[in-house]
Parts: sequence; structure tokens; C-alpha cells
Amino acid sequence: MTTLAVDRPLVPTRRVGPLTGLRHTLTLAWRSLVQIKHNPMELLDLSIQPVMFVLLFTYVFGGAISGSPGEYLTFALPGIIVQNAFFATMTTGFGLNTDLTKGVFDRLRSLPIARWAPLAGRILADTVKQAWSVTLLVGVGMILGFRLENGLPGLVGAFALLLAFSLAASWISVLVGVLVNEPEKVQIFGFTVIFPLTFTSNAFVPTGTMPGWLQAWVAVNPVTVLADALRGLLIGGPVAGPVLRSLIWGAVIAAIFAPLALRAFKRRV
Amino acid sequence: MEHAIRAEGLVRRFGGTTALAGVDLEVRAGTVFGLLGPNGAGKTTTVRVLATLLRPDAGRASVGGFDVERDAHRVRQLIGLTGQYASVDEALTGTENLLLIGRLLGLSRAAARVRAAELLAGFHLADAAGRAAKTYSGGMRRRLDLAASLVGRPQVLFLDEPTTGLDPRSRNELWDIVRKLVADGVTVLLTTQYLEEADQLADEIAVVDHGRVIARGTPEELKARTGGQVLAVRPRDPADLPAVVTVAGAVAGTVPEVNQTTVTVPVNDPSVLPAVVRRLDAAGVHVAELALRSSSLDEVFLSLTGHRTEPTRTDQDVLEGTPA
Repeated sequence: MTTLAVDRPLVPTRRVGPLTGLRHTLTLAWRSLVQIKHNPMELLDLSIQPVMFVLLFTYVFGGAISGSPGEYLTFALPGIIVQNAFFATMTTGFGLNTDLTKGVFDRLRSLPIARWAPLAGRILADTVKQAWSVTLLVGVGMILGFRLENGLPGLVGAFALLLAFSLAASWISVLVGVLVNEPEKVQIFGFTVIFPLTFTSNAFVPTGTMPGWLQAWVAVNPVTVLADALRGLLIGGPVAGPVLRSLIWGAVIAAIFAPLALRAFKRRV
Repeated sequence: MEHAIRAEGLVRRFGGTTALAGVDLEVRAGTVFGLLGPNGAGKTTTVRVLATLLRPDAGRASVGGFDVERDAHRVRQLIGLTGQYASVDEALTGTENLLLIGRLLGLSRAAARVRAAELLAGFHLADAAGRAAKTYSGGMRRRLDLAASLVGRPQVLFLDEPTTGLDPRSRNELWDIVRKLVADGVTVLLTTQYLEEADQLADEIAVVDHGRVIARGTPEELKARTGGQVLAVRPRDPADLPAVVTVAGAVAGTVPEVNQTTVTVPVNDPSVLPAVVRRLDAAGVHVAELALRSSSLDEVFLSLTGHRTEPTRTDQDVLEGTPA
């Protein structure tokens, strides 16, 4: 017990350099990922749930909607990927809120680390989780007969677009995570907003039988736009238009929610 | 640098409430400073300002000679923080928690491992090192919290109610650790609502109430301020309590307090003792215990603020006992 404290030799530095900040971010991302090891529920969320969705949708709805499970899979897998991505952004807010309410965040803020590293580390870790889910979804889909008509370039493009969009959408999650006072409320928000949002789109069904007012919304819904872009990239069809519209949606969401989230964040911490 | 911590006129408001109404502090390097007060007195807010987590609305403060607002990053390199709010990650193991902080402080992977193992062993957590912190008992959890705040070998340590909710054994262990740290040269600022804790650990105490320091001094100085001594009488038969109150009140000249089966009253003149004995005997009261002792910090607090601290202690225990 003789060396528990004191004698830190260094002269304190004035501020954190960007490279050091990046290192802090990587360390904090590591921390978020190691958490999974001790919380099997999260792994379940990340792995089994997406796979279950693919199986259920394909075999329960497939025949009724598209005539056969195989055809439906081709139509719906991009939509399922988008839905999963939207839900996955909520983990950022959930984790952030857990850190804020449990006091982990204050501990981190009392350390001489880059101010932006805790948030960036979490978002980075969630992006890795997101990538894992998408890989799993595509993999399971391919086992069930989903064909990548545009090959690897299409897949890489879809991946990049999805991660870029998720990054933008996670600002919504950050805002919610900072505003609410317990992690469960982030989940409630996720279900009451994201669930209807993803269903009022063409992610799971062709929109022809929906009432006109609903079709009008479905056409502009970012879920529809993103699902169309993924379809174009993965199985063929128009690409440029849907991708551009997806990027515009991402930019709009980021432009609105990033400043709001950062302001709320600064106010809270 | 003679003063490790210095605060002048700290003011902090939250909406309509004033948490700090002008707090001044000076803590000499290498000493333990106790910030004593009931819940809501402003102790935690003070620590949060000094630990760079909160900006004051007015006033200024420095730690290790660096301004907590302008030079926050430098201050963070000198301090360690343990408290009700600055917590470890429950989802990580003891080792992982300490590794995380070691790595964030710039230690190499190997050095962070060595440091983590060293601290876990020093705090008797080696056996639990591989378990998630959420499985720890209250005492283990506090020790891990404290270990986490020591990874960077801080010069100044903030302990916000370090023993609230702990059983006496864990509390004594924690006190021992704090004493060792101070022997190593660390400056400790400790907040507590336990008067005994401040008395045990602190070289100097500031009593805070409603966001203000209302008294300061060594524990002895503060005790002396209430006029010295306390007479305590416990009758063998609790039915005699009213008679004891009458006698004690008449001799001391003030209204005594009844605490369960004991009557206490502050007295300035020790020579009252024979008179008390005579009068109790005359009243036919059989006495189980009769004592004249130095006033505790409890009585100091009562005389300074007009209210006791004890009820908040039990409230806090209940709150702390059920992890949120």
C-alpha cells in the first residue's frame, strides 16, 4: 500500500491533442464493446432479434404478400436491414443515458481526456454493433436464398450508406438519451416512434393497397427512401435517386438534431 | 504551494434554488479537510465545482494552483474523484474498470495492468477482480470506486460521502485507507453528514448549511465553541425521565434533550455534578448512568444550525441501501 498515490511526476498539459483524443475514443469504444461480454442480453438483442425478424417475416408473411417466401425475402430483406438500423441507433441513447444516470459519465468527465471522447467512443462502438447486425442479416438472408445482384460493390455501398445514415440518426438518440431521466424511457421512445415509423413505409409490404394519405407519407418517409436505396444497391433498380434522397434525409436529420443534442448535452453535463 | 484547494465566494444556482451562496475554502496541502453538513447543504455541489464538473455562477476556485475553469484540463490531471455520482461501470469487471481508466490516463497496456493488479490487491479485491462490479457488495463497490480514483496517483482526492450506507466494518476499512493516503502526502477533501467521520479523519472542518460555510476550525475548536461539556443522565427506570429532565434543566439553566432513555444538556461549569447527584437522590431517582463528557460534533451542529443532522442520516441510508 505504499505506492497507492502521489508522486505523479508530470507537469500538467494545457489541453488534449486530437490524436490523443482519438486514442481516448478508441479506449472508450473498447469499453462499450467489452460490456457485451458481461451482458448476454445485449448480444441477444444484436444477433438473435434481427435473425428472428428475417425468419418470421419471410416464412409468415412471405407467401401471403409476395406469393412465395423466396420472393418476399428479396423484397423485404433491405427493409428489415433498415428497420434494424433505426432500432440500433437507440442503443446509443440508452447507453448514454445509463452512463449519465449511473454516474459513469461524471467519472469520465473528471479525467483529463478529450471532452468529446466519451460521446464519440460510444457512437463508434454502436457503429461496430450496427455493422455486426447488418453482416448477420445479410448472411442469414443469403443462406435463405437472398442473392446479391450487384455483387460486392453493391454490398459495400449499401453498408457505407447505412452506416452514414445511422450516424446521422443517432443524434436523435443522443438527444433523447440526454433529455430523459432513466434509460427505460429511451426504449419507450424507440418503440413508440420507431415502430410506427418503420411500418409506415415500403420496408415490409408494397404500398399499393394503403390509403392515399398514407401513401403520401410513405413516399417521403426516410425508411422508404433508405429501403429503396438498399434495394437498388443490393438487388438492382434505381440507385442514384434513392441514395441521394437518403443522404439528404441524413443531412437534414443531422442538421436539426446534432445541434439540439449537443446543446442539451452541454446543459446536462 | 501551501494550499492545495482554494475557493472564493462560490455561487451556484439551479433554477430557483441557490445551492451555493458564497462558499470560501482553503485546504492546506497534505491534510484532510472535512465538509460537514446535512443533505442539500451544498457539499456535493462544492465538490462538483472543484472537480471541474460544474461551472460556478460566481466566485472562483483553484486546485493545485490551477483555476478550475480556465485550466480545467490541468486540474483534472491532479485530482481523483469518488462519490455518490462519480461511479465505476457496473457492467465491467474490477480489472476492466481500472484498465479503462489507466488506458485513458495514457498508461501503456502493460503498465495499466500492473497498476490495476496493484490497486485491486491493495484494496482486497484481488479475488473479485474478474467479476462484474454489479455483483460487488456495497463495501467492495466503494473500495473499487476509490481504487478507480487513485489509478492516476492524484495529489488531491475528493471523497463525496465515501461511507454513506456502509456497515461499520467497511467504514473503518475505508477510513484506514484514507489515513494511509494522507500519510503518502495526498490532500483529501471529504464531504460527510456523519459528524463522527469528520471528527475521526479531518484536520480541519467546515460546517456548511444552506450553501454557506457557517463555521470552521479543527474538530477540537468546534467542540469548544459550544461551551465545553455535556451532562448525560440515564435513569434505571424510564418512568423517571420527566423527573430527570426537571433536575437537569434546573441545574444547567437550559432545556435538556431526551434521546431514548438518556437526558443530555450542555453545561459550562463542571462543578454542577455534585448538585445533580444530590437533587436526583432527593427526587428518589435511581441512576443507571451519569456522565460528563466533551460535547460531540452533533451538539456543535445543533448549536450552530438549530437543527440536528441525525434524521437525514437514516434517510440517506435507506436510499443508499437500494441501488438505483
